[in-house]
Amino acid sequence: MNTRAMWAIIRKDLKVVLQSKSVLIPLIMVPLILLVLMPGVGGLLLANADADSEMITDFRREAGAFFDNLPDTFSTRLDQYDNEVQRITYILFNMFFPSLYLILPVMAANVIAADSFAGEKERKTLEALLYAPTTDRELYLAKIVGPWVAGIAIGWLGYIAFALVVTATTFSYMGEAFIIDGTWLLLIIWIVPAAAGLGLGAMVWVSSRVSTFQEAYQLGGMIVIPLILLILGQVGGVVYFSPLIVLIIGAVLWVPTIILIWYGARSFKRGELIARL
Amino acid sequence: MTSYAINMQGVTRRFGDTCAVDDLSLSVAVGEVFGFLGHNGAGKTTSVRLLNGVLMADSGDIRVLGLDPQTEGPQLRSRTGVLTETPSLDERLTATDNLTIYADLYGVPVQQVKQRVSTMLETFGLSDRAHEKVGGYSKGMKQRLALARAFLHEPELIFLDEPTSGLDPVATQEVHEMIRHVSQDEGRTVFLCTHNLVEAQRLCNRVAVMEHGRLAAMGTPKELAREIGTNVTYRLEIGLEQRQAALDILKRIPSLMDVQSDDEALMFTSTDREMIPDLLTQLVSTDVRVYALTPQATSLEDIYLALHARKGHRQ
Repeated sequence: MNTRAMWAIIRKDLKVVLQSKSVLIPLIMVPLILLVLMPGVGGLLLANADADSEMITDFRREAGAFFDNLPDTFSTRLDQYDNEVQRITYILFNMFFPSLYLILPVMAANVIAADSFAGEKERKTLEALLYAPTTDRELYLAKIVGPWVAGIAIGWLGYIAFALVVTATTFSYMGEAFIIDGTWLLLIIWIVPAAAGLGLGAMVWVSSRVSTFQEAYQLGGMIVIPLILLILGQVGGVVYFSPLIVLIIGAVLWVPTIILIWYGARSFKRGELIARL
Repeated sequence: MTSYAINMQGVTRRFGDTCAVDDLSLSVAVGEVFGFLGHNGAGKTTSVRLLNGVLMADSGDIRVLGLDPQTEGPQLRSRTGVLTETPSLDERLTATDNLTIYADLYGVPVQQVKQRVSTMLETFGLSDRAHEKVGGYSKGMKQRLALARAFLHEPELIFLDEPTSGLDPVATQEVHEMIRHVSQDEGRTVFLCTHNLVEAQRLCNRVAVMEHGRLAAMGTPKELAREIGTNVTYRLEIGLEQRQAALDILKRIPSLMDVQSDDEALMFTSTDREMIPDLLTQLVSTDVRVYALTPQATSLEDIYLALHARKGHRQ
């Protein structure tokens, strides 16, 4: 393996990505909204809410299906809290936010890969790279490692930001820091890499069929649709995030991820890429 | 024994129904500057891609620097440098970043990277703007940076596709000097794809002319002129007072063409060397004082156009 050359390609791709506003804006704004702004506002509202307030009773009514179908293990956990505000806080940040959180690694890997694959084609910088002294496999690996690792890193850093914001806004009435539990741990180490890989794999596939970053970004963005269904399933009381469910969701995500990455490796051939330039 | 940098025999590459390179055989000696001429779509770029193992040939045998590009592509590409038709630079990065990344990519020794990048920027006149993003560069600056990248890892074989496109005359001259230097002083081989026939004539030891994927001709410009039998232009210096008499004689000889006159001499073209003794006899017998009759060197442009015309006739 020509690791030095591969590292040069990874470094180049990430450096180039960091110079693009159309890539940086979603990479900054989405985590900021999903993992800082939304939990921050939610935490502050709950911190100032009365257990008998209209906001709390409304929330209970709106999420009725969720509460009605709650498995016993969760009910037991919720019973440990003193009041409704604390219970809703726990549910909001441990059960609703995880599915929102998953959007982050998918989106991050997706948008970086769009710039790295379709963007490179659009900017006409691919040809020089194809003349580099690497094998097709090394070039492909180098092209996917950057977006994949960046997607995972953004996911992990996002979690740290999220945990800090939740702790800062809820500590006053929860009396505890937002500590990583089994579900979150599995989400981070098992699902985040799979989700980032899925966003990346989908983009590799899309990029081979389009010629501009924008086209790739728009088409590849559709990969978050299954996650939105997951969020709806969660709110509707169909899916509850538990360690077992997280393991299963992870396995479900890894299958298409592996297929897409494998398919990308098979179709990533210098000769075919250069003939299309 | 001649040592070849490039040797290709019967190489064919098709894209669907189009034959981009058709049964191409050629060899290029080590240290040679080899011109690869042809119009757009003649198969020049495809040939360069085949020679670097970026494209696979459908048939035929290729050896470049003793390696098979189809099976030893990465090893081969570490020893070749390529200037592609478009500069293919990362415009969001600075010139220094562009070169540093490619220095790593091509395995320039780590401790030499900084110095090598700096030297190339200096050589190509980009030091002053080395830390600016390439997107803000002029076309000529981008071309110079792409050239610097092609030379960066000191390749043994350099493929240059239109190297002076977009450069001003001074920069063009510098690039020509560099090509001569790497070939003559350093013994490196240059494979020069160009439309610029004057450039090819100045720099190349031999040229190949491609037509629709096939090799139309190959050799030194002199060999090609002889093979093709192009018109030779002659310059006839005579006594000025006998100009009209001489013109009358020239115009009577059917094999002479483009008879022209300027203040100092008469010019004409002909493919027939055998007319020269007869012409001189006639001039002398009519008391025209002949001071000189000089054949002018046939330009590559003449050869190229003659080849093109010959091909047109055949079609």
